[in-house]
Amino acid sequence: MTIKKPIWILAAALSLAACSSGPQQILINGGGATFPYPMYSKWFDEYHKLFPNVQINYQSQGSGFGVKQVTEGTVTFGASDQPMTDEQIAEFRQKRNTNILHFPTVLGADVPTYNVPGVSTDLNFTPEALAGIFLGKITKWNDKAITSANAGVKLPSSEIVVVHRSDGSGTSYIWTDYLSKVSDEWKTKVGKGTSVNWPVGLGGKGNEGVSGQIKQTPNSIGYVELIYAVQNKMTYGKVRNRSGAFVKADLMSVTAAAAGVEMPDDFRVSITDPTGPDAYPIASFTWLLIPEEIQDKQKMNVMRDFLKWMLGPGQGMTVELLYAPLPQPVVTKEQAAIAKIH
Amino acid sequence: MATAPATLPRPHSFAQRLRAGDSIAYTITFAASATIILITGLLAYYLWTGSALTRQRFGWNFIFTSTWDPVAGQFGALPFIYGTLVTSFLALLIAVPTGLGAAIFLAELAPRRLSDALTFMIELLAAVPSVIYGLLGIFLLVPLLQSKVVPALQAVFGFLPIFSGTFHGVSLFSAGLVLAIMIVPFIISVSREILLAVPNDQREAALALGATKWESTWKVVVPYAMRGILGSVFLALARALGETMAVTMVIGNTPRIQASLLSPGYSIAAVIANEFTEATNDFYLQALVELGLVLFALTVVLNGLARLLILTTGGGVKRR
Repeated sequence: MTIKKPIWILAAALSLAACSSGPQQILINGGGATFPYPMYSKWFDEYHKLFPNVQINYQSQGSGFGVKQVTEGTVTFGASDQPMTDEQIAEFRQKRNTNILHFPTVLGADVPTYNVPGVSTDLNFTPEALAGIFLGKITKWNDKAITSANAGVKLPSSEIVVVHRSDGSGTSYIWTDYLSKVSDEWKTKVGKGTSVNWPVGLGGKGNEGVSGQIKQTPNSIGYVELIYAVQNKMTYGKVRNRSGAFVKADLMSVTAAAAGVEMPDDFRVSITDPTGPDAYPIASFTWLLIPEEIQDKQKMNVMRDFLKWMLGPGQGMTVELLYAPLPQPVVTKEQAAIAKIH
Repeated sequence: MATAPATLPRPHSFAQRLRAGDSIAYTITFAASATIILITGLLAYYLWTGSALTRQRFGWNFIFTSTWDPVAGQFGALPFIYGTLVTSFLALLIAVPTGLGAAIFLAELAPRRLSDALTFMIELLAAVPSVIYGLLGIFLLVPLLQSKVVPALQAVFGFLPIFSGTFHGVSLFSAGLVLAIMIVPFIISVSREILLAVPNDQREAALALGATKWESTWKVVVPYAMRGILGSVFLALARALGETMAVTMVIGNTPRIQASLLSPGYSIAAVIANEFTEATNDFYLQALVELGLVLFALTVVLNGLARLLILTTGGGVKRR
């Protein structure tokens, strides 16, 4: 005992010293959407390098997880690929006694990808053709709705095999949100959601499941995230936008889609089928969900500071990870909204 | 064994201390087995209360209708139940004869050294994560089915509804095959142990009565071990029913009931895993929990049937 005591004291003194060196550690937990995860983890990492005492943990378990956890108050912030619905916001208000704020962070897009033997060029798709194919009304590749937009391409008379996501995902939400806007029949029959009752087709799990299925199935068509398609050098088609131009998805045309939309004060906006001659029509914001009132003022300050940083230097890091950055007017509007957090 | 402590010569004898050890061991093992009841109870309780909303709304329609529409809030589980049962039984249909055959060979006929080597490999197979079997399914099995097996199958049996229609690779059939590959090691490994545990007297008695080696194996050893073998089959069935990852990779994830085994389908475990993360509203979430409840009930019912089967048929050979 007499020998042990000094060691105990020494150990306690050491650990105290370790704690008191530098400012107090601040740990913030968040979670939600998987689509922006690579971007977020890079941001949180870079931010941690700037402020070593701030550690932001992010669990990418899906938008549903993000909405649920932030509503239950188990995380400081959530993240989602789709804005919260009015009912969800009402539930949040009731449980947390404050409002929830949406902050767009980056943009994503869906692209139609296909495997048609003998066709190596980028195909053009009209909104009618995409809706028809996914409704199961257009069943052959040489249907007039497809050939008329692809003069000079010889399309086979084979049956179209539709492939969609089987797991609930923001990617499906964007796709069905778009189809709901361009086709009344889709809107009434199927609607939009992270999972829907698909009229036709096979389900693949994840972007990799869909692309794998398409690669193995001749005459198939499906949709994947733009980033996934670019990283894997997949061929994907152009889609006709509202101005009548066939636009190929890239970072420019996706940001252009966001620029063409009138941004409401709560940032809950869908940017599929936007106006603007260069806008790619199947794109979406992804959002951070932050409570208006954060009890722990230290965390509150970090969140405010992080948002400022994310809208500034953070946006400069998007392109290397293939995410489309926010258009300037949106950034300005968000910067003003940060003050709401208290 | 147990004698009254009063007859013991000394109060702190070795025997008494040992008896105290017995009661400690009893308590510990009892506590361990009580956790089984606790876990089963908690699971059933959670699945039941967690699906209160949808059970109220749909009642029995939940398991007898086949529209699964998260957008409209319409939930019918029939296609998932169908897919789960069809793929699991298909898997058993293939895996039981193969597994039992292999177990008999390894336990009764093969030289000891070969048997040990093969058994080691089988135990290795049983430990492979299911996602690996899914990959095997996607990259090896499905292309093989697509290019060789199914065209041949359709050329001969194409007139049967179960082999009709266009084949896209992913299907109930592929899922059943992958499941069969996954559960065969279980059946072999457990059945072999059980066959080896059959007392040698049984074999010797049969041989002494003039039976051939095969007759003694098939008519004496296998019936003697029947109860255990059926046990291994139902362990395998349980794994097939609950398998998620490998199934979702090859089944096609299409909630439709079609007669053809070559058409895509969906299973309960697969849809829960697929849709759980993005189920944002309570009602949708509860529908998924209720699917879990259905799978739980399905397992209980099948297990009950299995026990009934053992009681009525497997009891043919009574053990002393």
